[in-house]
Amino acid sequence: MTGTQTWHEIVVATLKSNDVKLVVYVPDRVFTPLIEALHADSYFKTFAATREEEALGIVTGAWMGGLRGAVLMQTSGFATIPNALASLVAPCQIPALIFVSERGTLGEFNLGQAMVCKTMRPVLDSLGVENHTITRLDELAFIVDRSIKQAVATQAPVTFILSPLLTGGKVFAA
Amino acid sequence: MAASAHNAQRAGAAHNAKVMNRFELTKRLVGRLKHDEAVIGGIGNTNFDLWASGPRPQNFYMLGSMGLAIPIALGVAIAQPRRHVIALEGDGSLLMQLGCLATVAMLKPPNLTMVIWDNGIYQITGGQPTASAATADLVAVARGAGIANAAWAADEDEFDRLFTAALEKGGPSLIAARIDDKPGVGTTDRDPVRIRADFMTGLGVRR
Repeated sequence: MTGTQTWHEIVVATLKSNDVKLVVYVPDRVFTPLIEALHADSYFKTFAATREEEALGIVTGAWMGGLRGAVLMQTSGFATIPNALASLVAPCQIPALIFVSERGTLGEFNLGQAMVCKTMRPVLDSLGVENHTITRLDELAFIVDRSIKQAVATQAPVTFILSPLLTGGKVFAA
Repeated sequence: MAASAHNAQRAGAAHNAKVMNRFELTKRLVGRLKHDEAVIGGIGNTNFDLWASGPRPQNFYMLGSMGLAIPIALGVAIAQPRRHVIALEGDGSLLMQLGCLATVAMLKPPNLTMVIWDNGIYQITGGQPTASAATADLVAVARGAGIANAAWAADEDEFDRLFTAALEKGGPSLIAARIDDKPGVGTTDRDPVRIRADFMTGLGVRR
């Protein structure tokens, strides 16, 4: 059904079809086309937060006020949010939708990103936060659409880790 | 008392506001709410005193996630633009998440008021001094971040005036009050799911 859509076009369309109108991000080079598309579409309210945990706080408040929200961040930024996940999002049962641009693997040049990449899934698993690593374009819409519906239905956060196999990642000119 | 010593040191700070009491000011604030305004109480004594001020369906008591009361309030304000939202936050908590002031200023939500209780100490962890005890002026920080409507309340009457004006004229605005080191009066029930569900019901939100 997705035809020749790009990964970011699919994410935009899936957020829209699930009434996710608020997207708060901390910038990432790989996510730039997605962020630009969100800014260009008046359906969305999208802006940068100064920090990833701040973005989670904002979408938590928005959910409680009746507005669905997603956050975007890069892998290193994930390391700043375990407290917000463990002490706010999980215990309050907030269906926060968390998109992480996967760095630290498949050609990473920054050791800091690589270390956080190794800890990211164990942290999510130990917190009991559903997470999916998406590598294939033909599975993207299905995973994101179904998981948003599950997050809302079960009142639980979900994390989408978008692999360089999907996005192309950040290329290091060696 | 370590806290009194810190308050005395603060005479040299950029403001000379009277040292007031958080519970008394919280009661004054809640007493002025007539339109089902949402109130987000930050971690620790801030939400203990909000809890002690009496039950309100539109109160959210933040039990963890230190520093996120203002971001949560901003999210509510975005979701419900016709409802005024008030964030109550301590000095230590705000210092942990100063960037949120820049985000609020950038977005300019007209329905958001931030109230900062500044006692110059990390009260709940043993009274260690915060940077605002002698050097950091949180109102100046807020103005620097772009919150033009930021002020210290010189005393209780001025707190009332500033808060009433914030509700009437819109925001975003920030009111800071120097407070004493008295502990919170109540203890919030530690049931985050019920707190969240009650708050959503109070905001008229059905999942």
